[in-house]
Amino acid sequence: MRTIILKTASAYLLPVLLLFSVFILLRGHYLPGGGFVGGLMASIAFVLHAFANGLSNTKTLIRFHPGFLMPVGLALAFLSGMAPLMFDLPFMTGLWYPEAIPVIGSLGSALFFDIGVYLVVIGVTLTIIFTIADTI
Amino acid sequence: MLIAILLGFLFSLLLVFTGKFFKGKPGIISAAIPLVLFGYFLQFIPEISAGGTIVHSYSWVPSFGVNLDFTLDGLSLLFSLMITGIGFLVFVYTAAYLKNHKYLDRFYGYLSMFMAAMLGLVLSDNLITLFVFWELTSISSFFLIGFNNSNPESRKSAITALAITGLGGLSLLAGALVLGSVGGSYSIDELMNSSGEIAASPYYILIAILIFGAAFTKSAQFPFHFWLPGAMKAPTPVSTYLHSATMVKAGIYLLMRMTPVLGNQEFWNSTLIIVGSITMVYAAIHTLFRTDLKGILAYSTISALGILVFLIGQGTEAALLAAAVFIVVHALYKATLFLVTGIIDHQTLSRDVTILRGLRKVMLPVAIAGFLAAISSAGIPPTIGFLGKELTYESTLALVGTPLLWIALILITKILLLHAGFVAGISPFIGQLPERFEKTKKPGILLWGPPIILSVAGIVFGVFPGIIEGSLIKPVVAAMGQDAGDQHLQLWHGFNTVLWLSVATIVIGTVLYFTIKPSQKLVKMVTRVEYISPESIISGFWSLFNKFSSLWTRIFQNGYLRNYVSTILVFLIGLTGYVLYNTANFSMDFSTLSEITVYEIVVVTILLIAVFFVVFTRSRLAAVASMGVMGLAICLIFVFYSAPDLAMTQFSIDTLTVILFVLVLYRLPRYLKLSDYKTRIRDGVLALSFGSIITILILEVLAQPVNMEISEYYAQNAYLLAHGKNVVNVILVDFRGSDTFMEISVLAIAAIGVFGLLKLRLKKTDQR
Repeated sequence: MRTIILKTASAYLLPVLLLFSVFILLRGHYLPGGGFVGGLMASIAFVLHAFANGLSNTKTLIRFHPGFLMPVGLALAFLSGMAPLMFDLPFMTGLWYPEAIPVIGSLGSALFFDIGVYLVVIGVTLTIIFTIADTI
Repeated sequence: MLIAILLGFLFSLLLVFTGKFFKGKPGIISAAIPLVLFGYFLQFIPEISAGGTIVHSYSWVPSFGVNLDFTLDGLSLLFSLMITGIGFLVFVYTAAYLKNHKYLDRFYGYLSMFMAAMLGLVLSDNLITLFVFWELTSISSFFLIGFNNSNPESRKSAITALAITGLGGLSLLAGALVLGSVGGSYSIDELMNSSGEIAASPYYILIAILIFGAAFTKSAQFPFHFWLPGAMKAPTPVSTYLHSATMVKAGIYLLMRMTPVLGNQEFWNSTLIIVGSITMVYAAIHTLFRTDLKGILAYSTISALGILVFLIGQGTEAALLAAAVFIVVHALYKATLFLVTGIIDHQTLSRDVTILRGLRKVMLPVAIAGFLAAISSAGIPPTIGFLGKELTYESTLALVGTPLLWIALILITKILLLHAGFVAGISPFIGQLPERFEKTKKPGILLWGPPIILSVAGIVFGVFPGIIEGSLIKPVVAAMGQDAGDQHLQLWHGFNTVLWLSVATIVIGTVLYFTIKPSQKLVKMVTRVEYISPESIISGFWSLFNKFSSLWTRIFQNGYLRNYVSTILVFLIGLTGYVLYNTANFSMDFSTLSEITVYEIVVVTILLIAVFFVVFTRSRLAAVASMGVMGLAICLIFVFYSAPDLAMTQFSIDTLTVILFVLVLYRLPRYLKLSDYKTRIRDGVLALSFGSIITILILEVLAQPVNMEISEYYAQNAYLLAHGKNVVNVILVDFRGSDTFMEISVLAIAAIGVFGLLKLRLKKTDQR
């Protein structure tokens, strides 16, 4: 399946798709999107790269095993849920920074939770696909 | 107080990282933890003996009424001091006993975890918290019994103990829930106030049975006693600490704690008296038929626990006083005897009473400790054991009904326990030292120090009972809602029936000691009737259960995915179909449906073509591709019905699924027709009926009136409360954030599972 066209295209597509997935992640609070879909898109970007350039090249590109994203994401989601406890609010209460920040918009603990979901989804998908592709 | 309880957990956590440091000699440093805690609890004695209680409350899950409420009253103080005091001695002893063990750090980890759990158990005022700590003690006991995990016997005993005590734990949880809903609170303190309502409620018997289930399994009462002798496979410090002094008394503690709530009822008292007396006599008789020192001690421990249950069952002020004293008595002498046995085992590598003789010549301090413990267990003055025995007789004599029977039973038990105590504490040290033990090394002070301290304490408390009377014993009785103000602990009661009973016990017991010697012949006698023992009966049940479950597994878990899918479908069709057949009205209101548009027709046509293509194609890859087509067609339908979030997700998922399928199928051999026509038709019928059932189900659901309250709440509050305009996403990350968190955890577990299954396969050389 390694064609020169796909290979060349994937080199440009990977950053664009990743950027797009982050865009989907960030817009999730107002418009269709969110951490889950964003994570899936990011994994598709990597899978596409792997198809075009071979799995080992993608692995060198990522540098670390994608499985490590799972605990990082889980920890991030958990901590964003724990954060309200510091203000004597129940677990998972949404905290919001009072003023909107340029480019990102208003910032709240839900965003970090969503980023956690995003990371876990990338980690899970890539771990499963890479493992299966490796062993078969 | 929370820190005091958590200290043990923190220490065992620390050991995970710094374990290497605690191996070998420095291990003894860890004994500082129980020592500090012992000091901490000692400082409360004045306040508690003055009648106060110390309450610390931390909220945990307030919405369910589950709080970390810790109460220190007389009862929990006595147990706390025992746990930390004996804990300290055991920690010290372990440093010498397992000096060169490879996993000494792990041992300390489990031990301090146990200590923390036990402290939590006796200090909790909340039933649910109590249950959590109760389970933690079972789990740490499991690890400690199976500590020599290379020995299959150890592993089996550990599992038996976990199964029995775990069963009790479930019973405790059930009991706590029922009690909580009847009494209106999980706080033991509050439940005491509503004990009248609880006793009057129709659930009283159920609650009592569930609580008994927990207490009897934990405290090894007949017929659940057999895990305790098995638990003796653990290293001796564990037997001393968990299986004689503290953990097995958790059941006793529970009964004592529940006495003000559930006690003073006919059912409560008579059950406890009957079970307790059966246990004490049964186990005491068993001690005659053992030659292993630890076996004798195990059965005499069960017997002592039986006495305690028997006393709690009597429920009178005198009986509870006797129980409180006997807990101290038993902890002191039984821990000593276990430690002594451990030393003998450690130095001579034998625990067989038939060959151990004359060891006083090589280990005099140990012999002294053994002797003192034996006379305390025999109840010979001036030991505290004498006090305990007198009180037991006194309260039993005062029983209404048939005191003669109970007196006879307790007399037999006490005589046999005296015999057991002498066999374990005295007989290894007297007589001629056999040649094979002449070169036995002298034990170090770390080994003989702890038993000496415990046994001397038994004498000191006996001579001066005033030390513990006001400070420890009476607050225990007060905590159980009785007042023992006018009772006094003293050695001399004057010439009365109780004294004559004591004399009779000592005389008959000593005669028995000289006439019946433990021997292999006696051991054989008891193995002959082994098949009717509760252990054999229950293990028979277990093997039946195992057979049943392997049969079940062979039928339903046969490893063929296609069979799994068809089993699931058959059950779904059967159950859902049955319900639908009875309740569905199969009517549809066509007028409310919106008009069919051209692009819907197009998409559905594509779907249908794809379905038929999947079923009839001869190429695997083509089938996968057309499954992808189906997925995308469904995405389009989502888009038509304005669910862009769903469509996006479905689209990505479908892409990834197709990729996964291709990855797997690409390497498979060519498509073969493996199934014959009959199976194909069967599968076709199954698939069609499942599809029809789901269709009918959906139509039925649509026919129901829709409750819009929830979706309206979300729609209205998404922006107000969660600052989001995309309701779907707000539900995911905010309103139902905990669910999402669980879901991503499950995803991660699934990924680890896949990784583990595929990557961590055994190498060819390791496969058997």
